[in-house]
Amino acid sequence: MANTTDTGVSVTDETTSDITVEAPTAAAPEAAPASTPVDPADLVFDVSDLSVYYGDFRAVRDVNMTVERNQITALIGPSGCGKSTVLRSFNRMNDLIPTARVTGDLIYRGVDLYDPRVDPVEVRRRIGMVFQKPNPFPKSIYDNVAYGPRIAGQKKGLDEVVESSLRKAALWDEVKDRLGDSAIGLSGGQQQRLSIARAIATQPEVLLMDEPCSALDPIATARIEELMAEIKSEYTILIVTHNMQQAARVSDRTAFFSVELDEHNDRRTGLLVEYTDTAKLFSNPDDERTENYITGRFG
Amino acid sequence: MALSTIGGNGRTTARVDAEIYRQGRDLKGRGFQYLLLSALFLASLFLITLLIQVLTDGWPVLSERFVDFFTGTLRSRSSDDALGIGQGLAGTFWIAIFVIALSFPIGIAAAVYLEEYASENFITSVIDVAIRNLAGVPSVVYGLLGLALFVATRDGNSTLFAGGVTLAILVLPIVVITAAEAIRAVPSSLREGAYGVGATQWDVIRTQILPYAAPGILTGTLLSLARAIGEAAPLILVGAITDRLAPRGDGLLSLDQIFDRFTAMPIVIVGWVQESGRDQGFGPAAGAAIVVLLVFVILMNSIAVTLRNRFEKKRG
Amino acid sequence: MSDITVPTRSSGTTLSLDALSGPAARARKEGAIKAVFFLAATVSIIVSAAIVWSLVREAWVFITEVEWANTWGQNGWFPRQGLYDMPTLLVASLIVTVISMLVAGPIGLGSAIYLSEYASRRTRSILKPVLEVLAGVPSVVLGFFALFFLSPQIVERISRSGWLIIGAVILTGYVAMMVIWVRRTLQREASTSAAQMFTRIIVLTLFVLVGLVMVWWILRTAGSGDAGAANFFQVKRSGQLAAASIGVGILTIPLVASISEDALASVPRELREASAGLGARKVTTTTQIVLPAAVSGIVAAFIIGVSRVIGETMVVFMAGGAADAARFTDSPFEGGLTMTAGMASLATGTDNVVGEGLTFQSLYFVGFVLFLITLTLNVIGARFVRNVREKY
Repeated sequence: MANTTDTGVSVTDETTSDITVEAPTAAAPEAAPASTPVDPADLVFDVSDLSVYYGDFRAVRDVNMTVERNQITALIGPSGCGKSTVLRSFNRMNDLIPTARVTGDLIYRGVDLYDPRVDPVEVRRRIGMVFQKPNPFPKSIYDNVAYGPRIAGQKKGLDEVVESSLRKAALWDEVKDRLGDSAIGLSGGQQQRLSIARAIATQPEVLLMDEPCSALDPIATARIEELMAEIKSEYTILIVTHNMQQAARVSDRTAFFSVELDEHNDRRTGLLVEYTDTAKLFSNPDDERTENYITGRFG
Repeated sequence: MALSTIGGNGRTTARVDAEIYRQGRDLKGRGFQYLLLSALFLASLFLITLLIQVLTDGWPVLSERFVDFFTGTLRSRSSDDALGIGQGLAGTFWIAIFVIALSFPIGIAAAVYLEEYASENFITSVIDVAIRNLAGVPSVVYGLLGLALFVATRDGNSTLFAGGVTLAILVLPIVVITAAEAIRAVPSSLREGAYGVGATQWDVIRTQILPYAAPGILTGTLLSLARAIGEAAPLILVGAITDRLAPRGDGLLSLDQIFDRFTAMPIVIVGWVQESGRDQGFGPAAGAAIVVLLVFVILMNSIAVTLRNRFEKKRG
Repeated sequence: MSDITVPTRSSGTTLSLDALSGPAARARKEGAIKAVFFLAATVSIIVSAAIVWSLVREAWVFITEVEWANTWGQNGWFPRQGLYDMPTLLVASLIVTVISMLVAGPIGLGSAIYLSEYASRRTRSILKPVLEVLAGVPSVVLGFFALFFLSPQIVERISRSGWLIIGAVILTGYVAMMVIWVRRTLQREASTSAAQMFTRIIVLTLFVLVGLVMVWWILRTAGSGDAGAANFFQVKRSGQLAAASIGVGILTIPLVASISEDALASVPRELREASAGLGARKVTTTTQIVLPAAVSGIVAAFIIGVSRVIGETMVVFMAGGAADAARFTDSPFEGGLTMTAGMASLATGTDNVVGEGLTFQSLYFVGFVLFLITLTLNVIGARFVRNVREKY
């Protein structure tokens, strides 16, 4: 983890400058690169110098950030800035793209997620994902929620898991009488809450949400945002959103990503510009690019 | 000038009116359309004539001795009461079993590999090219392969086994290509959703890909089965019996016949058509056998096509 | 890994690597399943290799041991007598190809254009199944139909003058195609390079040559077959190459139609709308915009159609009017053996392929030639199909 500083423009430098890290040990001098001191025991992700490549093309470069337990972290930025790409590397969904490659360290609770001995399947059972478009399986509501536990080998107590997951996803009351109906018949908002229930059912520690409300109407969106606040005490949530208001409403901390254009080959690479408390980022950002973006000057 | 302008306008208006309302007089367009329609009409005419010809030839035989005809065997005289397609049906039944047991699992597995596992490398592209080219190899060449593999090397014994395996190999590329198409149509959101909750690759294939692609795969397998049942050339090459075949005492399901000389429905038809030069009564018998074969093949094709259309519509 | 141990982390939150490694049994199972699927996929390579191997092995014996004088100019294919005259088979195959494509080409393409450009949803739902049923009809059924209907009812009724009239119609169509091509070429921009000019002259020359050959062939064969094609070696049966060809053509209509329809369907709607928006009539849009845009796929349909026609066996075997052996003929009104029918003939009968000397090997030699021809056509056809896909 002895990494930051010498790799050039890194958010950590800017943000650590105005806070005092309390009694950092010699082995980890920059263990808490946040504006508030982090109890290292609450550190869920510790990302340093993360870059994601598609073939030769570098989609995102040099991401440094930490994510804390039971917090909602929002990733915002203009389209093409690689925020979804970064999110998908947190549970190795990028493995599904044959040409994708990740460099740098992505430490989840002390384990490098990209260690060759790590099984992505195991990772995804602990770090669940909710996708941009609601994607219920063409099965019954019950089977959708029970899918994760079933493939993990669970045979007994599925009823309880299904009920508690649907309750947590605030969907139980609406569907408890028709669990056997096809999930395709649900409304878009219900489908997305079903996706959340499906992700919760595997009892993950982290939930990754990739623009979960972009396909939903405002009422359904509000419902999901409420839900996130409710389940926050049990999960660590990372959410990608293109909606700045949403980030401001739901998240504790926000990471702003931007794009830089490579003049030589006309390709755009994403980078993390600023990562700090949500309140600070939206009221008093350190970086000019962040300010330009949140005030609507670009993006 | 003014006058001519008005006159010009008047002419233009009249012409526009004429152009707009004269659609019915677009002779060139109509002619072209009827020309195209006549192509479809000819195709339909061929099909209808063919069906009528086959039915008028075959129906008397079928209606006179319906049950006997199904249980009868290959005979040297068309007037023989024991003449029938029993042996042909048995051979075709077993060939279908071979295709179901060999082509379906291997073909579907190959399609799954190509669509879900294979990375872009040399071996994958070789497999891809091989399958595409195999699909275009004439069926008679598969017969040569079967002859070389199963018959010529084993002292000239033409067996049902050789015929069944040859036809299974023949339809394998069709199964692979149609199954791969069906798998490609599975939305990637289903894959992602399943991987996202920690499914392994096999979980995803078993619980998402195969169930979703099942109707498409079924369509492909039915089409290939229909093809195998109607195929004659490879069986001729591996030495299916066209003239006379001693009846076996044991039943349809007896496994012994797999390693015995054999015939099949299309081969019975070919044999009787050839015999008809010598004994005219074989012509109607062949017609009757065709009616039976066509019922099977068209039924299978129709189910397959209906299935495909229904699911295409359902999924938009 | 050593550089990430943060001493202050409580052990409660730090995972061990094993926690994320997953059970070894699962990894083994996944690996085994993948291996099984891979093996299934390699079957296609094995089959391809086996086909090439079996063809080459016996064909090589034939090539090295046959007396080449017996493979050319022997006036007939009599394999059991050791006479393997290839022109007999090749010319018969050529005749069948030409006539059946004259049936399948226009009908298939016309059907495809109608279904794709003109048919309403309802008409389509009635007419499309006709082609689908036709596609499923086994070739032995077409063989029966060709022998018992097409041969006596159509081919034998085509008299000398009938054939001349049909020939005139075909030639008119051919000349019309040529005229359209020339006009189109002249309409394009005047600045043409010398190389382009050269290719065009070559194409035109080929056009004219093929036309002349057809005129010669039609005049030459008019009236043939009247006396009956019975000869010393062959058992007289009814059936002629022409009857078989029409049968093969009917069989090939759905294939040509389906590939052409795919090509037409891949032409973007915007092109049609742009043309209609300029006030073009449907016939103009179809012939000037849609067909040129889809030409690559239509060419592919014809090439793949030819490949299928050459490989078609049973119809020619049953209705081609020759069994076992055949004298050389270039007339569609006589019996003859194509490459495929020759192979099937050799394999039937009580003695199967047992014969003098190289009979068995000749089967594989013909098969090898057929394999090379169809493979070449399929590869070229696939390239044309790809052209359409890449364009849009």
